[in-house]
Amino acid sequence: MTTKENQTLNNGLVAAALLAGGIGAFMVGLMTVLTEISSAIKTAIIFYKPAGPLSGKTTIAVIVWLVVWVILGTQWKNKDVSFDKVAIAAFIFLAMGLLFTFPPFFLLFGA
Amino acid sequence: MELTIREWFGTIHGLIFGALFLLSFSGGLFALYGLRPEWMTIDGINARMGQLKVWVWTMAGIAWATVLTGTYIVYPWYRAAPPEGTTNLSGFAKALLISSEATAKWHEFGMEWKEHVGWIAPIAATVVAYIISIYGSRLVNEPKVRKILTWFFVTAFAAAGIAGVLGAFITKAAPVR
Repeated sequence: MTTKENQTLNNGLVAAALLAGGIGAFMVGLMTVLTEISSAIKTAIIFYKPAGPLSGKTTIAVIVWLVVWVILGTQWKNKDVSFDKVAIAAFIFLAMGLLFTFPPFFLLFGA
Repeated sequence: MELTIREWFGTIHGLIFGALFLLSFSGGLFALYGLRPEWMTIDGINARMGQLKVWVWTMAGIAWATVLTGTYIVYPWYRAAPPEGTTNLSGFAKALLISSEATAKWHEFGMEWKEHVGWIAPIAATVVAYIISIYGSRLVNEPKVRKILTWFFVTAFAAAGIAGVLGAFITKAAPVR
């Protein structure tokens, strides 16, 4: 089959995006749990007062996601990695992100 | 027949972006699912790829616009604390909800879930859009990657769906005015 893009492609860049995305979702959940555990963290991450701690939780999660993406992308750019393992790890992080943002779960850590 | 500025932003955040997100998700999922070598000609694949990229980047862009307007414009109005001694809480949605046991769960469960899980949607949608752009029509020969992307795509939609549905119910119980 011939399409516009028929050259071979290392999967490193794609794997990096996938894993970083999972980690980004996980970070949203982790920050949610951390602010329940510690009122000091909750106060410290109020980056925009009208929006409260949500501004810090999400800003930190997005920054971590982008930084991890850049680092992994740089490291794996011209490599082939085990896509199955990366995908499984990405989905585990994604699932943890979903679980950690579920109130009955994160409120268990309420101070 | 008029809306306040807060109601306008609430409508843009929830209704307009929500409808566009749903539309772009449907288009993207349809295009991604249909990206199979046994179903398409080479010209068809190349044409479908162009549509797919538009759908998924639109979905990601709308997801970002939704969480940013929600977090930085609508949510501050929602959570604004009423001045001491205020008895009419109709302009303070969060305070209104938690003032009654009958509605408190809309904040404690509904808003707490919505404000966090919604942020997973743009991250997952951006990953999908980026990978589709990188692979291009090579995706046709990568059924495993397509399957993984579909799950990420559906997760993005589910996260946005939870946030959207809860937002609609919360707005019904205590509109941001």
